[in-house]
Amino acid sequence: MAYDSFSVLKSSAVPLPIENVDTDQIIPARFLKATERKGFDDNLFRDWRYDKNDQPKADFVLNNPTYHGKILVGGKNFGSGSSREHAAWAIYDYGFRCVVSSFFADIFRGNAINVGILPVQVSPEFLHQIFEAIEKDPNAELEVNLPEQRISIVSTGASESFDINGYKKHNLLNGFDDIDYLQAMKDEIVSFASNR
Amino acid sequence: MSNTPNTLFDKVWDSHVVRKIADGPDVFFIDRHFIHEVTSPVAFLGLETRGIGVLFPEKTFATADHNTPTINQHLPVEDPLSANQLLQLEKNTGKYGISHWGLGNPKNGIVHVVGPENGITLPGMTIVCGDSHTSTHGAFGAIAFGIGTSEVEMVLSSQCIMQPKPKKMIINVNGTLGKGVTPKDVALYIISKLTTSGATGYFVEYAGDVFRNMSMEGRMTVCNLSIEMGARGGMIAPDQTTFDYIEGRELAPKGADWDKQLAYWKTLKTDEGAFFDQVINFNASDIEPMITYGTNPGMGMGISKHIPKATEVEGGVATYEKSLDYMGFAEDDAMIGKKVDYVFIGSCTNGRIEDFRAFASIVKGRKKADNVTAWVVPGSHVVEKQIKDEGILDILTEAGFELRQPGCSACLAMNDDKIPAGKYAVSTSNRNFEGRQGPGSRTLLASPLVAAAAAVTGVVTDPREFL
Repeated sequence: MAYDSFSVLKSSAVPLPIENVDTDQIIPARFLKATERKGFDDNLFRDWRYDKNDQPKADFVLNNPTYHGKILVGGKNFGSGSSREHAAWAIYDYGFRCVVSSFFADIFRGNAINVGILPVQVSPEFLHQIFEAIEKDPNAELEVNLPEQRISIVSTGASESFDINGYKKHNLLNGFDDIDYLQAMKDEIVSFASNR
Repeated sequence: MSNTPNTLFDKVWDSHVVRKIADGPDVFFIDRHFIHEVTSPVAFLGLETRGIGVLFPEKTFATADHNTPTINQHLPVEDPLSANQLLQLEKNTGKYGISHWGLGNPKNGIVHVVGPENGITLPGMTIVCGDSHTSTHGAFGAIAFGIGTSEVEMVLSSQCIMQPKPKKMIINVNGTLGKGVTPKDVALYIISKLTTSGATGYFVEYAGDVFRNMSMEGRMTVCNLSIEMGARGGMIAPDQTTFDYIEGRELAPKGADWDKQLAYWKTLKTDEGAFFDQVINFNASDIEPMITYGTNPGMGMGISKHIPKATEVEGGVATYEKSLDYMGFAEDDAMIGKKVDYVFIGSCTNGRIEDFRAFASIVKGRKKADNVTAWVVPGSHVVEKQIKDEGILDILTEAGFELRQPGCSACLAMNDDKIPAGKYAVSTSNRNFEGRQGPGSRTLLASPLVAAAAAVTGVVTDPREFL
């Protein structure tokens, strides 16, 4: 088991209403030099979060104590760019367990699930409602219910269902990962390889 | 077997599915796995933690490229963190018996340059690497795509990953390309039309006259950039151009094995009437030399055009304005004549011999502009040698350029090759994201010809003036 299992998450959320948030913004390449999974959370959104003298930029949402929570809400096409899993590690290690957007880049979506972050894709309209709810009340809570595949805005009761395949859902609910699954079918893989 | 017409993509994908999981991904077998120093160490640590080994070490190939200096490679690497990553790669590959082309090895270079160069990349294969530009290898009719570190650990330990099968898109470009229009321009044009997320969820096949007539180097440039429109990968059906490129390369099949594989490779094409989820057609004659003006590769246009207004492009106005503000540009600005501080030619996108030939064709007999700092970085030692053997180095030297040593360099600026804050770089690389080439750097993506024209004039210049 590589991460904490995920079932129902009720939390306030951090809004980042910017489109095409790429993995170079989530974690710039110069912070990819570690050989262990350590310290990436300090450099999450590094260049948006800190100025060139390493001082926090007051206008960036992570530096604004008004906004907090275990859910990050981003604009369309979240996680585009590089395959660096460090982006997902940085988000997880910072304390987010769920990222909500109206559209995710493929590799980021896969990496997120593999490290235990639930990517929730909602309609552009529902994303807008979430941003509005947070703007109105920064403590507005979202409820992400994985067993029921439903995300709700607690204050308004508005909700929407989201997709996830049954296999990945089972993994997240139980904290299993793909490596466990693949190890269990090694004989089948070896036999497949020898017939190629 | 049914007689349903299949796509090239279906043929390769379906033959690599070990197990289909109901309401889940396919267990997908990987023929070739490339690793480098940045995205592999945590995967090796994972193996240790779980107490599992490497299943097929002969199917994984390592090179050091992302985090390596491009000068004085014979000296110890100064940055202790970079040096440690390189050391870990050497240790990990040594421990598990994985071939390793480290710094100083004559086969060293950028992973997506050295794979094809040595005959490791072959048609019909499945190829992955912890790097999104793995899509490059699709140029050979392989299914190739980038993966995360968890997946690197999966491939090391089981030679498989778990992948849902993407949807299929075909992009046809027919007709003849105009003067000064290179494979890079074709790719940047397609991305500008589809946007940076327009092919997300798809695997792309490129077809039509333009790709049929393209060299392998050009096809690699195009497939390399597939990820920049969100596609997991892109591929081109192998043909005589492909077979001629592969034949005789060190690790390519030989003798009877070659004949057998060649017969198979010739079946790797999309059948008449095969289904695609999306079909997109472009005319080659609509494409001119391209340049980007914003902070994602979809924000590109013909070099003679003016920057579009926020209302003319897809997406939110706020995001668009943030992007232009970062670049220091305004709506309706012309790109021609904009001042350039740096020029970078290299990377897995444009770091092959053909790219340096193109660059040299314009700088020959001219001088580098005084206001431009130029970094000329070959994709591998093999490319470096070709540059010297073909006399290109003499042309470069004469024009005031220096040749550096191979590596990813300023494409992602993990090493010291960083564009300073606020400076403009015309770059043949693949991403113009904020800070991609160094904190605060401003990147204009373009072809080697556009880069050369900028390098000798010091401003954004239409390369057709020199051709």
